[in-house]
Amino acid sequence: MKRLLALIALLFSTPLSAQSALPPAPYADRQISDPALERKAKALMETIRCLTCQSQSIADSNASLAGDMRSQIRERIIAGEEPEHIRAWLIERYGDWVSYEPTADPVLWPLWGAPLLLIGLGLLLLRGRIKKGRRS
Amino acid sequence: MRRLLIWLPLVLFAGFFILFASGLLKPDDRVITSKLVGKPLPAFTLPAAASDRPPLASAGLVTGQPRLLNIFASWCVPCAAEAPQLMALKEAGVEIDAIAIRDARPDVDRFLQRYGNPYSRIGLDARSSVQIAIGSSGVPESFVIDGKGRITYQHIGDIRADDLPTILKRLKDAR
Repeated sequence: MKRLLALIALLFSTPLSAQSALPPAPYADRQISDPALERKAKALMETIRCLTCQSQSIADSNASLAGDMRSQIRERIIAGEEPEHIRAWLIERYGDWVSYEPTADPVLWPLWGAPLLLIGLGLLLLRGRIKKGRRS
Repeated sequence: MRRLLIWLPLVLFAGFFILFASGLLKPDDRVITSKLVGKPLPAFTLPAAASDRPPLASAGLVTGQPRLLNIFASWCVPCAAEAPQLMALKEAGVEIDAIAIRDARPDVDRFLQRYGNPYSRIGLDARSSVQIAIGSSGVPESFVIDGKGRITYQHIGDIRADDLPTILKRLKDAR
């Protein structure tokens, strides 16, 4: 019984590392009532990296800064802003780093080229095999 | 040719092994700098964050003199740690303005009473919107703003005693 009570108490305790006493921004954890707009916002949020927990997207993160970014993104989508415009705005501030969406930057050409290169190599290998098979 | 090709997978393996091992062993230091350094401060207007200090707007930061813009919060522990260094900067004649992130006036008042108040003006950024607009990724951070309202330097994390010479030099350079 005591253990159970302790467990329940744990459930309701606030974490020691609580980041801010303020309640979350209006749209941090609330969806936009228009499903089409919410879909747009959600798709963007999933590809924006959280600045506090750097391996999570802001859609996944509980950090207060991520909550504020979610709210800001939803509010701007409601105001009619295009998701790609918001992404560009964020990249202007934090660099390519903030977006999970790979860009066409020359640095990333190997990333786009590698699959083609590997398929090409595979085909070459396959051709060699087939030729060899025919001969024997 | 064929002889050499046989070694290719091993060479590739060794290459990837070294890549991953160095990635694992290197300390993870991912500080996200603002890309707005060297550019004008974005426009903003914030309400007052403390009872005895005026509010802060971006227009008020264009004063012809370099200033320090400190991003802090009453709930942030390293912000308390850098308070003595900010006091030292103020005593050295530096004008410091601040933005309090996700904060409330009574909390800011209490924080300033406890750790000292080196700020001329303090704006309240309750939803981190200005923080995001200037490309800041956490608290505390400090920006050197030159006389024309351009960001010339960003210091990430709390200001330690040995950071003071750098910051003073950056403020002088921004003149």
